Amino acid sequence: MCGTCGCGQPDDHITIRKPGEENHHEHTHEFEHDHDHEHDDGKHKHSHHHKFKHTHSHDGHEHSHDHEHEHHEHDHEHSHSHEITIEQNIMHKNDMLAERNRGYFEAKNIFTLNLVSSPGSGKTSLLERTINDLKNEIKFYVIEGDQQTMNDANRISATGAPVVQINTGNGCHLDADMISKAVKKLDVTEKSVLVIENVGNLVCPSLFDLGESKRVVIISVTEGEDKPIKYPNMFMTSHLCIINKTDLLPYVDFNVGKTKEYALRVNHHLEFIELSVKTGEGMSKWYEWLKKNKAK
Amino acid sequence: MHELSIAQNIIEIVEEHAAKMKARHVTEIVLDIGAVSGVVPENLEFAWEVSAKNTVVEGALLKINFIEAKAVCLECKKEFELDDIYTMCPHCGSFQFEIIQGKELKVKSIKIE
Ligand SMILES: Nc1nc2c(ncn2[C@@H]2O[C@H](COP(=O)(O)OP(=O)(O)O)[C@@H](O)[C@H]2O)c(=O)[nH]1
Ligand SMILES: [Mg+2]
Ligand SMILES: [Zn+2]
Ligand SMILES: [Zn+2]
Ligand SMILES: [Zn+2]
Ligand SMILES: [Zn+2]
Ligand SMILES: [Zn+2]
Ligand SMILES: [Zn+2]
Repeated sequence: MCGTCGCGQPDDHITIRKPGEENHHEHTHEFEHDHDHEHDDGKHKHSHHHKFKHTHSHDGHEHSHDHEHEHHEHDHEHSHSHEITIEQNIMHKNDMLAERNRGYFEAKNIFTLNLVSSPGSGKTSLLERTINDLKNEIKFYVIEGDQQTMNDANRISATGAPVVQINTGNGCHLDADMISKAVKKLDVTEKSVLVIENVGNLVCPSLFDLGESKRVVIISVTEGEDKPIKYPNMFMTSHLCIINKTDLLPYVDFNVGKTKEYALRVNHHLEFIELSVKTGEGMSKWYEWLKKNKAK
Repeated sequence: MHELSIAQNIIEIVEEHAAKMKARHVTEIVLDIGAVSGVVPENLEFAWEVSAKNTVVEGALLKINFIEAKAVCLECKKEFELDDIYTMCPHCGSFQFEIIQGKELKVKSIKIE
């Protein structure tokens, strides 16, 4: 059962809401209706049905329906097979929506970051501290991605920054469409910084452009130093790599130089900043990077 | 497993074209998947089985053209085949190269009737 509204649907739908808000989410319903398709192959004319899945929204809610159709019986033999050339990028739809987001951000002078990492590397902690340290200079907005919980949005809300939580249910990444909806809800103002905390996962967020200005990958020193070669696409598509939790370096067997070497093999344009959100060591370099790139 | 959303994207693209052509069945789908695209063909085939159910592509043959990765070295300017993204140029040992082939993620063609 859906834990959000008790509507009886499995808890796998996408919700977008602010802390304290309820019940705005996507439902999946079984829904039956018929439609016919006329078709003429020269010899005869007939109509028949297909199964198609559609998503459409009404009254601010989004619903997915499965349309079940019976295939009719033919009393004649025929075959009419055609090959159609398509040549379409599989990520085409997301890429187009991402470019729309990007155009909107550029026009409004909104500097947008997509934060990606494994769970627990310190994305939310970095954001909390950054907002608290810079909130007198920079207007921050935050979109939080998580499969189930509101925890991160509540943490960000405590800093005073406007935040929207996207719960992806079974989905393990954010996509450009979710961002465009969340941005509308956030009502982001001009000349601000929008930070998107992606779902904790180093695999599929790499494929989904959100329209961000820069992609920032975070790795902490408690993780394996071979992460960059285990998850090459994430490091290949990022602009900055933050190595977090440097306060723990004396206690762990993590070679910073080796990690950088691996990451540079995958992406020789990648920049690095080593820091500890906990002690504040290295944070000034991150703030410098943020202000420099925001100004570009 | 992000191959599930990849499979759904493919089905959406195919459904759109099939509906436009008023197709009764889709019998074959040909894809180009690059070696460094981030998509693993085996995972995609698995995701396909799950996603194709009750759609116009159910029962269609999925053909995957696996595209080998190639790069051009920024130091010695030579081309080479890439086994891993983190490899080095076999001619001069440089790690500085640009990938020129192998990122493909494409629906090439479909067969309908
Ligand atoms: N020692 C240490 N712990 C940190 C640091 N940054 C974050 N953490 C801890 O790491 C855990 C996960 O952090 P969180 O920000 O929730 O990670 P996220 O899942 O990437 O958002 C929390 O317990 C943090 O307190 C750091 O610089 N040093
Ligand atoms: Mg978090
Ligand atoms: Zn519900
Ligand atoms: Zn129909
Ligand atoms: Zn409908
Ligand atoms: Zn017929
Ligand atoms: Zn995913
Ligand atoms: Zn070379």
